[in-house]
Amino acid sequence: MAGAVKRKITGDSHRQSRRGTEESPIVKWVLISVAMAFCVVFLLLPLANVFAQALQLGVSAYFKALIDPNSWSAIRLTLIVSAISVPLNVIFGVCAAWAIAKFNFRGKSLLITLIDLPFSVSPVVAGLMFVVLFGMNGFFGHWLQDHPVHLFGKVYEIKIIFAIPGIVLATTFVTFPFVARELIPVMQATGTEQEQAALTLGASGWTTFWHVTLPSVKWGLIYGIILCNARAMGEFGAVSVVSGGIVGRTETMPLRVQSLWQGGSTESEAAAFAVASLLAVLALVTLGLKTFLEWQQERDFERAQQAPATTQEERRFPSPEDFR
Amino acid sequence: MSIELRNVTKKFGGVAAVNNVSFNVNEGELMALLGPSGGGKTTVLRMIAGLEMPTSGDVFIRGQRMNDVSVRERNIGFVFQNYALFKNMNVFKNIAFGLKIKKWKRADITARVEELVKLFGLSGLEKRYPHQLSGGQRQRVAIARALAPKPSVLLLDEPFGAVDAKIRQELREELVRLHHDLNVTTIFVTHDQEEALEISNRIVIFSEGKLAQVGAPREVYEQPANEFVALFIGVMNVLNTEVKDGIARIGELQFPANDQPDGTRLRIGFRPYAVQCSPDLSLYPYRAVLRHTFFLGVMLRLEFELESGLKLRSRMTKEEYAQLGLEEGKQVSLQIRNYRVLKKEESSLPAEKEISYQPPPTIAEHI
Repeated sequence: MAGAVKRKITGDSHRQSRRGTEESPIVKWVLISVAMAFCVVFLLLPLANVFAQALQLGVSAYFKALIDPNSWSAIRLTLIVSAISVPLNVIFGVCAAWAIAKFNFRGKSLLITLIDLPFSVSPVVAGLMFVVLFGMNGFFGHWLQDHPVHLFGKVYEIKIIFAIPGIVLATTFVTFPFVARELIPVMQATGTEQEQAALTLGASGWTTFWHVTLPSVKWGLIYGIILCNARAMGEFGAVSVVSGGIVGRTETMPLRVQSLWQGGSTESEAAAFAVASLLAVLALVTLGLKTFLEWQQERDFERAQQAPATTQEERRFPSPEDFR
Repeated sequence: MSIELRNVTKKFGGVAAVNNVSFNVNEGELMALLGPSGGGKTTVLRMIAGLEMPTSGDVFIRGQRMNDVSVRERNIGFVFQNYALFKNMNVFKNIAFGLKIKKWKRADITARVEELVKLFGLSGLEKRYPHQLSGGQRQRVAIARALAPKPSVLLLDEPFGAVDAKIRQELREELVRLHHDLNVTTIFVTHDQEEALEISNRIVIFSEGKLAQVGAPREVYEQPANEFVALFIGVMNVLNTEVKDGIARIGELQFPANDQPDGTRLRIGFRPYAVQCSPDLSLYPYRAVLRHTFFLGVMLRLEFELESGLKLRSRMTKEEYAQLGLEEGKQVSLQIRNYRVLKKEESSLPAEKEISYQPPPTIAEHI
């Protein structure tokens, strides 16, 4: 919806001459310059710098840094973690948004608050919470230690902290609100009439969800997934607490960037920027997709709001012949 | 009998939206559920559809008790107020949706959709999406979608609420024509009494969740069962009179009320057409001045002010107006041809009374 507001503001100032309520041109240009300068200094320059630093030792060094076994393992781990936690949050987000948008129940506002919790809790605290719960001395940690899993004649001890499950848990927690947050307003705006119409036509709940509900919220859902994925891949704080940063095993990309950066040598620094550049590319792709999806959503929204087309041709009402 | 409601009550959080309502709808009828908003008419429609379940009472469709039958299995067609078209599907897919659910063969689906597209004058629009259609087209797609699986009854919630006045008239005529052609039992909800009077076979009138009257349009207009119906259907002059010496009086107006004791308060109502006037001041018993003339097309609405300051509404054609040589500010004499004593929300009203315009001598003495 932010996109809609933005468009409206720029659209107005282009179309109309200065109104009495508008600020003078000087104020306008000062404000624009400040905002622009801020964006350039704090956003664009660092971004450009990431790529410049990554490529300082040449293109071949850049790719060598990326296929370094430890960096490569970090890239793979990041992909695995987001491949698990994003679908988890999609399932949860759709359920939560459905419940909140379509039903009235006791504790609804509590649920909304809880969904927002990960936004308000510092990721490091979230990570520590998992360490406390699943660590060697934690409540679940003890239990898991005492109850190893027997599978195919072998005994596995399930380890959460300083292992992949812990990273998945922490990432899922931190990225928990994105899908639900995006879907709730879209589902609320769509209402329940289309679903009811499907029911009167004999459709089952599942058919209704698959053919009516999901298509009508698809842009919001994809948008939520993109944001969720970007955060899942870029999360540092919570993951760094639970992962233990074992090189080649529990290091994700952001952690790898840090450990390379702390390596000290020029090569190591360049490699850090090489891995960082991948995250930067991810950020740019996310931004591009986000803009596209906002535009799609806005278009759908406008269509839904649009008064019926009333061109001459369409106004024509069927004559009795049409009914023969 | 197609649909029957027996003592149906629906409560939302302790408040009865529908209160002990019973009526039935005959096979092939075009029935209007009429009432002010909040009257419970939409809730009744949704209970027939199965979108709401009654708190108590029974709903029957074609003799079968439907209380425990889900909306999916009731075989009804429902048209929502805002049509609720599937916005991600084109016209063809919208109409075909119910048929696919019922597992029709592909060829049969295509044939049925084409038949409906033709019937509803939607040819050439099959590939369009709801946002590319006009309001009237959307409504026709919604009705076609509801009718596609051949439902036993077609239910429409405020079908003409979402379109502008000009198209509304055409849509009304279309619904009548459609009902005539397909002969499917149809129930629609409206708050517009004119709409209900114009197109339905029978009208169910609701007031605050209760059934106020069921009857043919003419019946509810000419023999309203209570004051609510009398005031809701058409325009009515209503006067608060008090009985003295067997005459109900207000200002100079007098209505015989022989059977009532003195001091009884009576609400007297009469339609505008019951007020007759003449420029001949000695012809009718009351004197009045024509204050305002409102132009309504063929008809004119007139407002007369009696000598006592009472105001009465009347209506007549332009021709009558010209013949009588009326103009604003003109002095006339008036009579009230027939009137009713209105009862509050109770069953039937007493039959309309004709009054003689020569007041009995006893009354004349009082004047």
